[in-house]
Amino acid sequence: MFNLTTFRELVVAALWTGLLAGLLLTAIQQIQVIPTLLRAEVYEENASAPVVANAENSHEHHEWQPENGWERTFFTAVANISLGVGFSLLIGSVMCLRGRPGNWRMGLLWGLAGYITFFVSPSLGLPPEVPGTTAAKLADRQNWWLITVLDTGFGLSLLAFAKTRTNKFFGAVLLAAPHLISAPQPEVHSSAAPAELAQSFITATVLANAVFWLAIGGLMGQFYKKQS
Amino acid sequence: MPSTPVLLDNAQKIPLNPPLSKGEAEDRGISDRILPALLASMLGLALLYAAGFADTAQLHNAAHDGRHSASFPCH
Repeated sequence: MFNLTTFRELVVAALWTGLLAGLLLTAIQQIQVIPTLLRAEVYEENASAPVVANAENSHEHHEWQPENGWERTFFTAVANISLGVGFSLLIGSVMCLRGRPGNWRMGLLWGLAGYITFFVSPSLGLPPEVPGTTAAKLADRQNWWLITVLDTGFGLSLLAFAKTRTNKFFGAVLLAAPHLISAPQPEVHSSAAPAELAQSFITATVLANAVFWLAIGGLMGQFYKKQS
Repeated sequence: MPSTPVLLDNAQKIPLNPPLSKGEAEDRGISDRILPALLASMLGLALLYAAGFADTAQLHNAAHDGRHSASFPCH
């Protein structure tokens, strides 16, 4: 039978967690992630400027996009909070199935697992990229990302919870598998932005997402415990 | 000092495993946790899809910086 109380506890905890973690991420992004991204956009625009000038007579359709400044930051915060609530609901569902988490410390471990599954593992094949970088077809990259995330999540849970050594070994094989079949790459690698900007973006996102995920895990452990 | 029979009598009054209330018993069953967890994770996936994957121009442009930051495949 559907237990409405359990569902409500989960959703309320995930909403608070996602809101706080999303706002925290938005603040952290202002230190290095966003400044690096904006600098890369200047290179991207300069690189594509002659093409735009030649396309003056074409009926180019400009889609809405947020204005730079507060509007753009606001929509980034909304996206971050959506991601935060979404990830919190997933983490909460697993906590719920495994039984109640003890406290925020246990939550941090779940956060670490989420960080490895959703950020570290896919980033090993498809590193965080600044705008203006050539990449393989979007659908191919999205498929590889999805398979890698599912595979890493399953592999990690086998490593952590499997009873037999054979199954733990199978978990380790699953963790390695997507990286043996390499991620989709473009025919020619090129970037409008200089290499050090790309490197700076990777460092910034590695740190920002670590804080984001630890906040999600820790807060979810704390709030979900309090609800019950 | 109370006599031994009194002590035994008191001990019998304190149940070692208090019976679960109806709500607690329900909460401990894995079968009652599967549906809420499934529904919550579907809700989570829908949010992640909208913020991270949906390819309508408006959603993409609104979530652009968030997608790059979270290392979701973008563009």
